[in-house]
Amino acid sequence: MTLTTAGMHPPAESAAPAPVLSVRDLSISFPSEAGPVQAVRQVSFDVLPGQTLGIVGESGSGKSATAMGIMGLLPETAHVSGRVLLGGRDLVGLNDRQLSAVRGKGIGMVFQDPLSALTPIFSVGRQLSDALRVHQSLTKQAAWNRAVELLDLVGIPDPHRSARSFPHEFSGGMRQRVVIALAMANSPSVIVADEPTTALDVTVQAQILGVLRTAQAETGAGMVLITHDLGVVAGYADEVAVMYAGRIVEQAGAKELFGRPTMPYTIGLLGAVPRPQARADRPLVPITGEPPSLVKLPAGCSFADRCPAAVDACRTQEPALAAVPGHGQVACLRVGDIADGHLAADSLFPAVADAEEHGGAGSGGEVVLRVAGLAKTFPVTKGALLKRRVGTLHAVGDVSFELQAGQTLGLVGESGSGKTTTLLEIMRLRQPEGGRIEIVGTDVAAQGSPERARELRRAVQIVMQDPSGSLDPRLSVFQLLAEPLQAVGADRETIQARVSELLHLVQLDASVTDRFPSALSGGQRQRVGIARALATEPRIVVLDEPVSALDVSVQASIVNLLTKLQRELGLAYLIVAHDLAVMRHVSDRIAVMYLGHIIETGDTEDLFTNPRHPYTEALLSAIPVPDPQLERSREHIVLEGEQPSASRLPSGCVFVDRCPLYRLLDDGLRQRCRTERPLLGSAGPGSGHRHACHAR
Amino acid sequence: MATTVTPLPEPLDPGAANRALAPRLGSGRLYLRRFARNRGALLGVALFVLLVLFSVFGSLFTRFAYTDADFAALTQPPSATHYFGTNQGGNDVYAEAVHGLQRSLVIAVSVSVLTIVLAAVIGAGAAYFGGRVEKLTLMVIHFLLVVPSFLILALISHHLAGDWRVLILVLTVFGWMSTARVVWSLSTSLRERDYVLAAEFMGVRPWRIVMRHIIPNLGSLLIVNLTLGVVATVLSETALSFLGFGVQTPDVSLGTMLADGSGTITSAPWLFGYPAALVVLLTVSMTLVGDGLRDAFDPTSTSAALRGRR
Repeated sequence: MTLTTAGMHPPAESAAPAPVLSVRDLSISFPSEAGPVQAVRQVSFDVLPGQTLGIVGESGSGKSATAMGIMGLLPETAHVSGRVLLGGRDLVGLNDRQLSAVRGKGIGMVFQDPLSALTPIFSVGRQLSDALRVHQSLTKQAAWNRAVELLDLVGIPDPHRSARSFPHEFSGGMRQRVVIALAMANSPSVIVADEPTTALDVTVQAQILGVLRTAQAETGAGMVLITHDLGVVAGYADEVAVMYAGRIVEQAGAKELFGRPTMPYTIGLLGAVPRPQARADRPLVPITGEPPSLVKLPAGCSFADRCPAAVDACRTQEPALAAVPGHGQVACLRVGDIADGHLAADSLFPAVADAEEHGGAGSGGEVVLRVAGLAKTFPVTKGALLKRRVGTLHAVGDVSFELQAGQTLGLVGESGSGKTTTLLEIMRLRQPEGGRIEIVGTDVAAQGSPERARELRRAVQIVMQDPSGSLDPRLSVFQLLAEPLQAVGADRETIQARVSELLHLVQLDASVTDRFPSALSGGQRQRVGIARALATEPRIVVLDEPVSALDVSVQASIVNLLTKLQRELGLAYLIVAHDLAVMRHVSDRIAVMYLGHIIETGDTEDLFTNPRHPYTEALLSAIPVPDPQLERSREHIVLEGEQPSASRLPSGCVFVDRCPLYRLLDDGLRQRCRTERPLLGSAGPGSGHRHACHAR
Repeated sequence: MATTVTPLPEPLDPGAANRALAPRLGSGRLYLRRFARNRGALLGVALFVLLVLFSVFGSLFTRFAYTDADFAALTQPPSATHYFGTNQGGNDVYAEAVHGLQRSLVIAVSVSVLTIVLAAVIGAGAAYFGGRVEKLTLMVIHFLLVVPSFLILALISHHLAGDWRVLILVLTVFGWMSTARVVWSLSTSLRERDYVLAAEFMGVRPWRIVMRHIIPNLGSLLIVNLTLGVVATVLSETALSFLGFGVQTPDVSLGTMLADGSGTITSAPWLFGYPAALVVLLTVSMTLVGDGLRDAFDPTSTSAALRGRR
C-alpha cells in the first residue's frame, strides 16, 4: 500500500523497491487558435513494480494526455517538458525509432477501444506473434506458440483456434482480452491502461479487471490505471492520484483517499457519485460550476471558483502539492483546516434539504403509458450485391409494462438488451411489429385524425444520451427550443414566451438564447436537451441514458434537476440507463432487461435489496463501488461470457447460457430451463416484484 | 512552433476540446481567421474582386461599346485609343473583353448557384427519404453521369440559337449530378445523426428536416463546391463558345473571343492573349478561394496552419 512520491519517503520506507516508472514535472501543452492549451501541468509520480497507480479525473483533466505523454504518442504539435524515467532512462525527447524499442517492451499499453486498437486484417495470433518477434528473437513457430499461451492466459476459450480468428469475430470483451495479451506479451515493466473498461458492459468490466490483475501478476509490472470511474479505482488501485485542470490535486493511498478525502474537489467528487449501495434518500450533491478553460488559467488555484472553502488567497496563488501526515499529498491552501477536522468535509457540500422526495411508488396516478407484448425484429442480411435474409435479430422479444403519471420507470440492461429499441419503438408512435402501445389511453395504431396524432406527439418527448449529438450544431439555443413548438403549430408570441419559460425551468440563464451548442458546456447542453423535451408540455418524457455522457460533478446536478421537474410538473419518466447507481437514485420502479426480455421488475428498493433473478444479482454485484473497503470485501458474482447475439435466441430461458444457478440444478429443472421460457411471475401475493426464473 | 497555429488535435479526452477553447471564437470568426491566414486564398479574393470590378466598371473607361466597329482601325495592336487593340471587324477588344467577362461571370455564377441548390435538394432529399426515392434518384444521377453530356450540351445549345439564358439552363441541367452524388453520400451519414432523429420525434415534417437539419450541416461542402463550380462552368462555357455552340454573335463571351482570336494567334496575338489571360485569372482566383475555404472549414486540415509556419 505504500506508493508514495519520491522525496516524501520517510527513511523507513526507502528500502522499498525502486520505482519502475518515475514521472517528473511532466507538462504538456497543445497549440490552439485561442492560445496554448495547458493539458498537463507539472505532474510527478512514481510507479512501483507490481503496484497500481490509479489516475482519476473528469474529461479535460489531462489524465489521458498524461498517458499519451508517457508513451510518447502525443501529436507532433504537442509541447512536452519534464522527464519520464523508465528504469532510469528519460523517454521525453526520444525520437519515434528509439521510442519504438521501448513501447511494448518497456511499457505496454491497453487502450480504451479494443476494436480500433487491433488491426482488422490480421488474425489475433499473427498480431501477437508479430508483437513478440519485434522485441525478441523467436522463430515464427515459437512466437505462435507463445501467442496461444498468452491467449489462454487472458482467458480466451479454445486459444488454438481463436489465434487464427480475426478481431471482428470477437466480442468487445474478448477483444479487450487480446489487447491485454498484446500489452503483456513482452513482459513490460509498466502497463498503462487508459480507460480499459469504459467501452464495456458492467458484467464484462468485472471480467476484464480480473484479466488485468492476471496480467500484472504474470509480468510483475507496475500499472498506471487511468479512468473516470471512481468505483474501478477503489477496487483496483493501491495509490490514487486525482487530477483537476491538468494537475494532480490529491494523491494518497486508496484507503486514505476514499476514507478521508482532503482536497475539496475530491470531497465534492465523492459526494456527487451515486452509490448503488446507498438508498435514494442520500441526495446527490453537485459541485457548482464547470472546470476552467485550460487556455488562460486563473492565477490562483484552478478549483477556487467552484470551491466552497475558497478564501481570498486561493485566487492569487496556486497551492503546491504538499505532504499531509498519514495521507499522501494534497494541493490546497486550506489543507490544514480540513485535515485536522476544523473544516468538516461534510459541511463543504451541504445537501439541499428538499432535493429528494420520491412520490410513493405506484401511488394511484393515471396510467399514461401502457406497453403490452412489444416485439421488434430486424432482418439479418448477407451478401453485398444481392442481400439475402439469413436470420432474424430479435431485438425486443416480449416487453410489457405500465407507467403512471408522476412515476419513474427505469429500464436496465447491458448493451444489446433491447432497451433502446424499446424506447425508439415507443417514440415512433406507429403500430409496433408486435404488441400494443397505448399513450394516455390512445392506442398508437389507431390515432385517427392528424390532430389526435399531433396531440400524441405532444404527449411524449425524448431526451437523448449525447447532448452534443442531439442538438443541431447550426441552430442557436432559441431555434432549438422553438423547433418542437413550431412542429405542433405554435405562433411566434407563444414560442417567445415559452422559450424563456423553459430556460427558467431548467435553470439556464436567458443570455444563452443566442448561443450555439458548441459554445455551451456539457451540462448546459443537456439542460437545453431537457428544455426542448419539455417544450410541448408532455405527459411522458423518455430519457435515453440522460447523464452517461456527462462528468460526475455535472451528472448530479442534472439528476437533481430531473427529480425537481418531475415533482413540479407531474411528469412520467421512462429512463434507460446502464448505470445502476444512477437508476437507484431516480427510479421508482425498475425493469431489468436481458436479450429483449424483461426478466425482473419491481420497486427500486425492493429490487436492489432483494434481487431474485440470478442475472439481476450478478449485475448488482458487478457495479464497482467507490469505497475500497466495501469494494474489496464484498462478494462479487462474475458472470462468464457475454450476452449472446439476439439472432440466435435460446428456445428456453434467455439467460440459460450464462446462468450461475443453472449449474447447480438437477437434470429435470435444467431441461425445463433449456426448453421452456419462464414467465414473469409474482413472488408473493400483492407484490409488484416479479421475475422470470424456473429455479427461484 | 513559430506561429503556433495548428488546430487542436483530436481531443484525447471527450469534452477536452470543448473546454480547451474557452474564450470561444464563433465558428464564423474561426473560419475567417483560418481563411485569412492563407495568403493564396487572399490573393484569390483580391483577384476575383478586381475582375468583378473590371467587368462592371470597365466600360466607363472607353468610349467604344463592344458592338461599335471602328472602320478606321482594323486589327490594330493595343494603343492609347484601343487599350487592347481591335479585331478584324474593327471592334474594340477592351470593350469586348469587359462585356465578355461580364457575360462569362454571369453565366458561371448563376449556373454554379443553381447547380448547388439543385444538387443539395436532390442529394439530401434522396438520402433522407431513402428507399425507392433514393434508388430512383441515384439511377437518374448515374445515368446522366455516363451520358456524354458535353455532346448533348453542344447539340441542344446550338439548336436553341445561343441565347445565354438558355445556356445557363442547359449547363445547370447537365451539371448538378456529381455534386448531388457527393451531397447524397454525406447526407446518408447525417441522416443517422441524433439531432435528425430528435427532430423526427418532435414531429417535424420531412422536408423541413432536410432543409433545416441536413442541408445547413453540409454548408462548408456546398460553399467550396460553389467556388469550384464557378471554375468548372467558366471552362465549359468558354469551351462551348469556342466551339461555336455557346454564346452566339453578336453577343460576346470570353469563349467566342478566344475562338475569334485563335486563327490569328501569330499575326495578332492580342486578340487571343487578353481573353485567355482573363480566363486564366478568373479560374486561378476561384481555385485559390476554393482551396482556402476548404482548408478553413476542414477541422482536420493542417495545411492551413503548416503553410503559415513555413
